[in-house]
Amino acid sequence: MTTHADFPGSVGLVEPQTLHVDGPMPLDCGKQLSQFDLVYETYGRLNADASNAVLICHALSGNHHAAGYHSEDDPKPGWWDKCIGPGKMIDTDRFFVVCPANLGGYNGSTGPHSAHPETGRHYGPDFPVVTVGDWVRSQDILRAALGIEQWCAVIGGSLGGMQVMQWSIDFPDRLRHAVVIAAAPKLSAQNIAFNEIARQAIVTDPEFHGGRYYEHDVVPRRGLMLARMLGHITYLSDEAMRAKFGRDLRDGRISYGFDVEFQVESYLRYQGASFVDRFDANTYLLMTKALDYFDPAHAHGGDLAKAFAPVTARFMVISFTSDWRFAPARSREIVDALVDAGKQVSYAEVTSDLGHDDFLLTMPHYVNTLRAYLNRAAVEIGA
Amino acid sequence: MNTQTTHSHDGLRDDLALISNWITPGARVLDLGCGDGALLAHLQAHKQVSGYGLEIDADNVIECVAAGVNVLQLDLDAGLEQFEDNSFDFVVMSSALQEVRRPDELIDEMLRIGRDSIVTFPNFGHWKPRISLGLRGLMPVSGSLPNRWYDTPNIHLCTVRDFETLCRQKQVDIVRRHVVNHAHRSNIGMRTFPNLLGEIALYQLRHHDTA
Repeated sequence: MTTHADFPGSVGLVEPQTLHVDGPMPLDCGKQLSQFDLVYETYGRLNADASNAVLICHALSGNHHAAGYHSEDDPKPGWWDKCIGPGKMIDTDRFFVVCPANLGGYNGSTGPHSAHPETGRHYGPDFPVVTVGDWVRSQDILRAALGIEQWCAVIGGSLGGMQVMQWSIDFPDRLRHAVVIAAAPKLSAQNIAFNEIARQAIVTDPEFHGGRYYEHDVVPRRGLMLARMLGHITYLSDEAMRAKFGRDLRDGRISYGFDVEFQVESYLRYQGASFVDRFDANTYLLMTKALDYFDPAHAHGGDLAKAFAPVTARFMVISFTSDWRFAPARSREIVDALVDAGKQVSYAEVTSDLGHDDFLLTMPHYVNTLRAYLNRAAVEIGA
Repeated sequence: MNTQTTHSHDGLRDDLALISNWITPGARVLDLGCGDGALLAHLQAHKQVSGYGLEIDADNVIECVAAGVNVLQLDLDAGLEQFEDNSFDFVVMSSALQEVRRPDELIDEMLRIGRDSIVTFPNFGHWKPRISLGLRGLMPVSGSLPNRWYDTPNIHLCTVRDFETLCRQKQVDIVRRHVVNHAHRSNIGMRTFPNLLGEIALYQLRHHDTA
């Protein structure tokens, strides 16, 4: 085990790296980026034949910092530290793990908050709408830059799982294994509806200023907070909220007013408020649009099996029983299409309590299934 | 899984070795209730077979994944309508028929999805269960029926005659039948009086039209 002394079980101190790409990079929306930065982190060591690389695709509010700590007194590790590290589910003693931040993000790769190369001002609303396909093409540029011919596996949960599917379709030869967790082949009307309410909360905030709030030195705080509060409800199951908060009152009694009374209200306000400090409203708009647009079957008359025709990777698909945002039935759509297309696929439906966010945690059935799967993937390449 | 565990020379459980003999090399196989994936792992290694196992138990799913078998964690009782007509060469169901909610409907589905179907089940018409129930008045417990009435997963036990009556009603062709004892051996007695002397029955079935 190669563990940092001060951070047992963790990859320890990590430092983000930047790949500067001199474009132009054409995008699905018809616009292009003349140049951009991809910020990424890596954990573990690339082996001599560069066959043990694993790409992690992040979800809506994720970034390049998936594991480890940025400083000795960093209070929190990366967003998937429970699952990535020495001896963990995604074992950095065996794999070279790469996690890039997606284009359009905040505090990482080029996004709306970055300076426009021509004007020197923040892109703001001028940052083009990016798609899952655009992200995957940019990640492929990073792959080539790192000297990796083929990923041993591409792994992602939620919106990350959609990128995994896109990889398997657009660059079939570039990955051996596709691990799709708590995802869906496209959003339902209900999913899009939630996203639209979140976007409306942001764009109708008086401090949004058409997306140019940076120039006014303000942030659409209330809108972004509302968007996150709404999102958070969809990440948790009814059961989980019941178990965590019930109808507990913060001060032990009803006050017949509209201030925070129930614990769940206090929790949501806290989640919303702390999100505003680490996320950008324009990025939230872009990420939800990428989710809404993802639909690989669309170009094939709605036939997902046809969309999967080029796939050569083996698939491991995992869903969680308490996830109602991307319920198990949505994962089964992916599995059915892969079976129809005659592809190699395994599917595990993990009994869980928390909801959509279960994919970030470590239930034994989940961890042991994926560990067994990745163990075989590692053995195949001699890692 | 109700059958007593015995193994052939290459480590495959005997009942699975019998099924394996009936499957043609290179076939596409769907294994319903695939357990730890032993049959598919064996067929992949020795007969270049491709396919999927369906399994409900989480620990078994992990075993399948570890064995490199494509496994889908699905409930057989939830139906198989997602599988296309004639999309597999063989649909196999080993010792699970008596555990499902509607065995007759599942057999229809197997025949629709596969060109051939292979079904195995413990024969309730064997003389031991008959004596247990008929003379002693007790629900049978034996090598092929190891559970007691209150903890058995078996909810639709049948006899060889019951099963063949159902096949006749459904106009299903019985391509092959093999009847064995709980150690998976056969003899002339079992071949002559399968419903009385056979403990485990194996059938290869085919839809009448496609025979």
